[in-house]
Amino acid sequence: MNIDLTDTTAGQINAALVKARRASGTPAVGMVLTLVIVTDEGNHYDALKAATEAAREHPCRILVVIRRPGRTPRQRAGARLDAEVRRGGESGTGETVLLRLYGELSAHAHSVVLPLLLPDAPVVVWWPEDAPEVPAKDPLGTLAQRRITDASATEDPVAALGVRARGYAPGDTDLAWTRITPWRSVLASALDQRHGALESAVVEGEEYNPSTELLALWLAERLHVPVRRDVSAGPGITAVRLVTTDGVICLDRPDGALATLAMPGQPERHVALHRRMTAELIAEELRRLDPDAAYAHAVKFGVPRLTTDTPHAGAAGGAA
Amino acid sequence: MSSSVTPGPGDATGSAGSAPGNPLRSVQDRRLPRIAGPSGLVIFGVTGDLSRKKLMPAVYDLANRGLLPPGFSLVGFARRDWADEDFAQVVHDSVKEHARTPFREEVWQQLCQGMRFVPGVFDDDAAFRTLRETIEKLDKERGTGGNFAFYLSVPPKFFPQVMRQLKAHRLSEAPDGSWRRAVVEKPFGSDLASAQELNRVVHEVFPSRNVFRIDHYLGKETVQNILALRFANTMFEPVWNRGYVDHVQITMAEDIGIGGRAGYYDGIGSARDVIQNHLLQLLALTAMEEPSSFDARALLTEKLKVLGAVRLPKDLGRHTVRGQYTAGWQGGQWVPGYLEEEGIAPDSVTDTYAALKLEIDNRRWAGVPFYLRTGKRLGRRVTEIAVVFQRAPYSPFDATDTRELNNNALVIRVQPDEGVTLRFGSKVPGTQMEIRDVTMDFAYGESFTESSPEAYERLILDVLLGDANLFPRHQEVERSWEILDPVEEYWARHGRPEPYTAGTWGPKAADEMLARDGRSWRRP
Repeated sequence: MNIDLTDTTAGQINAALVKARRASGTPAVGMVLTLVIVTDEGNHYDALKAATEAAREHPCRILVVIRRPGRTPRQRAGARLDAEVRRGGESGTGETVLLRLYGELSAHAHSVVLPLLLPDAPVVVWWPEDAPEVPAKDPLGTLAQRRITDASATEDPVAALGVRARGYAPGDTDLAWTRITPWRSVLASALDQRHGALESAVVEGEEYNPSTELLALWLAERLHVPVRRDVSAGPGITAVRLVTTDGVICLDRPDGALATLAMPGQPERHVALHRRMTAELIAEELRRLDPDAAYAHAVKFGVPRLTTDTPHAGAAGGAA
Repeated sequence: MSSSVTPGPGDATGSAGSAPGNPLRSVQDRRLPRIAGPSGLVIFGVTGDLSRKKLMPAVYDLANRGLLPPGFSLVGFARRDWADEDFAQVVHDSVKEHARTPFREEVWQQLCQGMRFVPGVFDDDAAFRTLRETIEKLDKERGTGGNFAFYLSVPPKFFPQVMRQLKAHRLSEAPDGSWRRAVVEKPFGSDLASAQELNRVVHEVFPSRNVFRIDHYLGKETVQNILALRFANTMFEPVWNRGYVDHVQITMAEDIGIGGRAGYYDGIGSARDVIQNHLLQLLALTAMEEPSSFDARALLTEKLKVLGAVRLPKDLGRHTVRGQYTAGWQGGQWVPGYLEEEGIAPDSVTDTYAALKLEIDNRRWAGVPFYLRTGKRLGRRVTEIAVVFQRAPYSPFDATDTRELNNNALVIRVQPDEGVTLRFGSKVPGTQMEIRDVTMDFAYGESFTESSPEAYERLILDVLLGDANLFPRHQEVERSWEILDPVEEYWARHGRPEPYTAGTWGPKAADEMLARDGRSWRRP
């Protein structure tokens, strides 16, 4: 059922949640976390859709914070909260509340979110587009165990990695990192087998795709060898080559779906490595809520320490 | 950031936590799943039901979750005149119908290139030669590295023959740096002697650490959760003993009859089919002490200890019951009785229901009975472990106040609707003091929807990884037979199974058995 509330307060929203829960006949059990999505009017639909799908695996209360500061000084000076409570039906097993924050209130979202958090359950904040420079110091970010950003949604994705590294606090994570888990697991399992000493590595991928940089950073940080970042036409990451004393270990994915793994002295083999939807990424993020040290090490390693195939690249903002 | 390569801030801890040998693995990096190394799976009896409904879909689901190595190969062996493509088609159909995860073409492409079929019967030397060649070719073409698991999805009477053939054709011998493993399904024998004989046959060919006995119950999330519930929490363990527990009921009920399994089931019966393996394993996990670690050896030690302390009641006639279903209405359908099922002799004394009382002679459980029951054509399909607590020794409330209050209970629902229920008393709102049972419920379906993998996925992956802690070892199997054999012998000498109407909760004698102890069965 849906309940629309205009010019309301967090207290009234809580009452509406209880009412909706009674109406659907199920008590408030089973929700394992609160997911706060911080977005705007134009982007909230896609983000909520992905989160709702992820909530099928992790039943949760989803709070969508839509900021509408207004354009005119009069709009900015006012403050109003509109809310839409959804339960059952399309919102799956959990509860969803859309919060529209007008005027001055848009700068004080935490005052609305705080009373609506589930008791004693972890909080995850997700900024699908523009994230604060230091998520952990953002008023909403301080409420959360897990703060999800997405470097690929920013105007300058590679520079955004630098911002993420500078503002990192335990609990931060980025969807650009989540996207490469399948690549990382195939590469790690390739190195589970006997192989020669590693000499260098190359990661090849689309421009403006921070996942490519992150994969290169991770390899550089773990392997302690020079790693080069090459540009290809995509989609996404297209190849990783690990140069060893025995030859090259190559994981090649030209079409964004089926990859080929070639290892020295072994036949070529296929690996399914499809590009995942946002819902799958969010579901993966919600699976573990502890700080991701592997991400921290990789992102802090620093893009400038990668080599590139084109001159003048690698500087701030400079995917060639 | 400086351009010279200085160690990053986390390097020291990062490398300290690395998996040995692989710089890309780190204990801190918990996103990376355990992927099996290069390997293949050979299934004997690949045309069987289990293989089509469980094994093939599980293999696909594993591949879909990215847990199988690239180059993973699946070899089918059966008496069919199929080419590799026909086999791939059969797998394709079974995956489409039974897989848990959505069908994706690229995953299928990865899998189907590694599918091979070897036609033949078990006494056919030529077929095993072909199998050997197939495996050697796979090592070359697909890089399986000589690592193969042989899954015997065949009736146990064929085990000796298959094992002999594997040995004769040197398929059981792992080339240097690789492994060969055998996977066998229950039944692991039909009594202690036959189980020992079976273990001897298998161990002659594969060393015991390379033999994986599948008890699919142990692959279920809820069963693994028993250990998490007991040993990761503080609030249950202090009351998990004779000081607080009145008794424990372990139930596995099925609503189906014997279906097409008459040939296997008749003469075996429910006690051998279910109690010897599933229920005694559940008992062991419920009653055992805390293992020193979560590895296979430590678990085996604790399970054997508790199974070793299990005692049968002296008077088996009073504390064991067996039954046989008769025709009746079940869930709106008329179903035939056991003796009327196709392929069953009209004078069969096979039990389709079995209940028994066990005691555990140790400090924790002395005097706490464990009631085990299983049956076919019962009220509904359910498996659960109910730990029933003692009543409060003194209550400030009147007897009438607490008339509707039963014993507190903790119920672990193994299947279906996996979860945990805690039952306790609560005051009914109103001016009178009236206390009634309420439940607190944790359901997997609510807190972790859709993420529970099928038992076979987990078990197949563990076989490929060589991780043995979810598989019963031969000592446990033999000890379980030692527990059950006297009961079977007693039954063979005394009387017939009690009849019970299909669709009910078993024979009256089972209710009487508990009533004698002043208790009653839960309605699960």
